[in-house]
This record gives sequence, structure tokens and C-alpha cells, in this order.
Amino acid sequence: MGWFAKTRRNIIPSNVWEKCKRCEEAIYRKDLEKNFWVCQKCDYHFALPNLDRINLLADEGTFEEFDAALASDDPLQFQGVVPYRERLKKSQAKTLVKEAITTGYAKICGLPVVLAVFNFDFMGGSMGSVVGEKIVRACENAIQRRHPFVLVSTSGGARMDEGILSLMQMIKTGMAVARLSMERIPFISFLADPTTGGVTASVAMLGDVILAEPGALIGFAGPRVIEQTIKQTLPKGFQRAEFLKEKGVIDMVVHRSQAKNTVGKILRFFA
Amino acid sequence: MTPTVHVLPFEQHLVELENKITELRALSESSFLDLSAEIETLTQKLNASRCETYQCLTPWQVTQIARHPQRPRTLSYLERLFHDFVELHGGRQFPDDNAIVCGLATFHGEPVVVVGHQKGKDTEDNIYRNFGMPHPEGYRKALRVMKLANKFGRPIITFVDTPGAYPGLEAEERGQAEAIARNCLEMSFFQVPVVVVIVGEGGSGGAVALGVGDAVIMLEYAIYSVISPEGCASILWKDASRAEDAATALKLTSQDLLKFGVIDEVVTEPVGGAHRDFETTAQNIEKAIAKYLALLKPMSVEELQQRRQAKYRQMGIYTDQK
Repeated sequence: MGWFAKTRRNIIPSNVWEKCKRCEEAIYRKDLEKNFWVCQKCDYHFALPNLDRINLLADEGTFEEFDAALASDDPLQFQGVVPYRERLKKSQAKTLVKEAITTGYAKICGLPVVLAVFNFDFMGGSMGSVVGEKIVRACENAIQRRHPFVLVSTSGGARMDEGILSLMQMIKTGMAVARLSMERIPFISFLADPTTGGVTASVAMLGDVILAEPGALIGFAGPRVIEQTIKQTLPKGFQRAEFLKEKGVIDMVVHRSQAKNTVGKILRFFA
Repeated sequence: MTPTVHVLPFEQHLVELENKITELRALSESSFLDLSAEIETLTQKLNASRCETYQCLTPWQVTQIARHPQRPRTLSYLERLFHDFVELHGGRQFPDDNAIVCGLATFHGEPVVVVGHQKGKDTEDNIYRNFGMPHPEGYRKALRVMKLANKFGRPIITFVDTPGAYPGLEAEERGQAEAIARNCLEMSFFQVPVVVVIVGEGGSGGAVALGVGDAVIMLEYAIYSVISPEGCASILWKDASRAEDAATALKLTSQDLLKFGVIDEVVTEPVGGAHRDFETTAQNIEKAIAKYLALLKPMSVEELQQRRQAKYRQMGIYTDQK
């Protein structure tokens, strides 16, 4: 599979076998890669690193990144257990990117789009000033080029370390989506595991079409917070993609092997 | 008789002084002793001491004032600042949500739409109001009523006072996240002036859903934050009791937010907090609302929208390391 060729997974010492997190089956790594990191036995969707996700959706060699040099500041001088500045540096060293979202131009099934993909490996894909700014710039690019906007979310929500400024990104990104809408630029929002908090409660839930990966946890509040609040055990499958489809919150649950085709089909409708 | 004011932990030394004054008063009445000089001295000492305490509050102390059980609520301001209030309950899709009140009213004789979170004034009322934590239908009701304002060209005034959107099972099923996101989107393109007043707790997404405006003003001892200090502390230190440290780290006071450009103005509160003097607090808010409405109402729709968009477009602090 060509689309895996240049991913950062290469820098991680590779194991020959991977264990499925759901059915615990030992899977030959090469088979797993061929199968889009989906367990062949139980269909469990492994977390897909950000670059693999881009390779999964974008036509080979079409992705051109925007704004890769935007980096977070530390506006609050935030002092947690580890200062924010250090946490940022660590994440940057680990992921080799500057922030928790990658945006750029791409083609999907031959159709030009602006594509934005959250990076869960970077501080849980949390949205601070840079993520917000990059989403807004991506939307502005989409308007300028008259290309549809495709966003793939995996995020724990707003980034605590940037406090109120992270919260303001909800308004800022919501406003950008409103502009897309006014300009009649289609917006496809694809939710992967997990998408919660301030990202769900802003840009991610505003797609013209909202798709989700099987089993993805999607919600405003996290399950633990809800359990603590209502003092009940949550039903099985609660807040999972299938459950939310049943409740009419999202439009479709799409198997990873069908992700590109499905997005392509929807894009052709709007093109 | 006025009901006793709930005392916050950092006000204990003030209560002792107050008690002493009350004792002296009682004594002078029953014994015909002239203690007025002593009473006067103690009263001055009390006032000075209260001023001193309130001049250097920690963010955690501010948080406690923002959450004071007797703090004026949205309905307290509705009674004092607005006339002819007609509450609208219908979201049209689900039963009414009592954590949000909204409706038609007049402000200085002009028709406006008022929307706000409503916390309860006691335990029973709080259960009725769900402690000011709305479900999605609350936000959808608010949006429906705000759209009326937009349709008929009336300014919108919102009051923010919520610990957060309700994190519950049904709330998730009915799309809490979508309801909040939708409000942000719609409010950003209203064609009428929107004035947001943060009066108590601005709890994360639940606050943002009523918080998009041309002017955002905030009471001196209100807070506005991405997460509660307790939530932040349990993530950072796995210990909710370190909320005091988290409150400092989060920079959630009105002064902090003014510095970040998130709010336009801090509205002063009486010494001792809004709960000690509803009237003065309401008058201060009234002046600020009037000022911003006077500024915003003459603006054309284009100017209003452009200004609002430009304001939020530049929110955030980052570097370009090209």
C-alpha cells in the first residue's frame, strides 16, 4: 500500500506483531497495514496517526501542507505539573510537528479539497490558539479556492493550558464555518476516536455532512464526568458512533476501508 | 429583617467585627449607655478591613464570590433593568429547560430580547433550575428566541451564569455539542447588536453558547474559564482539592480576560460583592449596557458583522516560526 510508504510510523521501532486492543488477537503487522489498521477479526479500528490518515484520504502525492510553522506561545505562562512550554517541546519532539492539526491542499478521488486532520498524538489533539487559527486559515483557503473543506477530528477538546483563549477558538472556528456556509462551500466533518469537548461543541459538529468511524467515542462531556454527575453506569455503546447515528446526531458510520470512497461520493454530489 | 448573608471562608474576620458591632448596638439600646463612638470606630474598621480584603482577592476567592449562593441571578437583573418582560418557554422540539430563561422585554423603553442562564436561589429552586446547567433544548430555545430578535431587528442581551452545560446522558443523546456549536455559529452572524454580560460563572462551552457578542462585559468578581478550577486540578494533580492553585493557573478573573482582549469592560461591584447590594450592581450593569447599545445601534448591519467577525478572527496568541 503506497500510502503508508512515508509515514512517521517508520521511525518507531517496528514490531512484527500487533495485538488487537479489543479481541486481543495477535495480528501480523504487515496485514494490519494492508487492512488500514483495522483488525480483520473484530473490525476494531486502531488509532490512525495523522499522516497515515492524510495518506488514507488524499490521492497519492497531492497533499501540500499549509501553515506548518505556526506554533503555540504560552500566553498564560501556564504552570501545571510540567510547565506548558515544556509540554509543547516534548510533544513537538515526539511528533515532529509543531501543533495538533495538519492542514493543506489535497485531492480526494480526483477532486480538489482543503483537508485538515487533527493529530491526537500531539497533546491529545487539543485545540488552542494555533489549532483554531489553522482551521480558520484552512476555511479561508477553501473559500478563496472554492474547494470543499474536509476535517478529520480526533481531539480531547479545548486545550486547558491556553485557558480562555482556547475557549475562544470555539467561537472563532464556528464563525469560520459560518462563512463557508454563506459562500456555499461544502464542509464534510469526519469524526474519529475520540472527538470530545470543545472541538465537538464547535467545528466538528457543524459539518454539512457528519461521518464517523466505527466505535469512535464522540461527545461533549467525557463518559467519566457523566458517570460522576448522574451516578449511574452508562449503557454499553453510549457515545459511540453507532449510538449517535441511531440518535440522529451524526449522519453515517463509515468503515475505514470505505472512508475515501464515501468522502469522494459526497464531494461529487456538491462539485 | 434582611436575611443573613452567607459568609465566605475568607470573610470570617469580617464577621467577627460585624458581630461585635451588633453586640454593642444591642447593649447600648438596653443599657442606655452611649457607645456610639465605639460603634463608629468599629464600623470604620470593618469597612476598611473589607475594602482591604476585597482589594487583593486571590483568583480562588473571586471564584467563591462568583459562585456565592445569594449572588444576583439573571432574573434579578431582569426585574431591575428591564420592563414588560414576556418570558417565552417554547423551544418547539423538547420540553422547556428551566436552566435558561429568555423572552421579550424593554430596556430604556426600547424593545430587546433577553436570554440568560438561571441558577436557583435555594436548594429547591436550584433543583428546578438544574443549577443553571442547560440541556441542549435550553440552548435551542435560546437560539429560537434570539432568532426572533434577529428577524425583527431588536438588540439581544445575554446573561452568562452557568457552571457548564449539563454533562448527562440525555444531554448527549440530544446533541449537547451540536446545540452549543450551532449557537456559536448563528450568533456570529446576527444582524442585530448583541451585548453579553458575564454575571457569575462563565463555565466553558456552556457559557460560550450564549457568549458571542459585539460587546462582552463582565462583573468584577465573575469568572470565565475553559474548565472549572476543580476539573483542572483533577486533571493536573489528580486532586480536585487543589482547585485554588488551578484557579490561579487558569487566569479566569475579569482583569485577566480584559488583558487578553476577551472582554470589553469590567463592571465594578460593590465592596463585598454583588450579593451585598443588588441595586448598585444592577445600576452599574445598566450603565454599561446602555453605553454599548448606544455605540452599536447606529451601526449598519455590515459594519456590525464586520466588526464582530474581525474581533473574533484575531483571538488567540501564537508565533509563526517560518
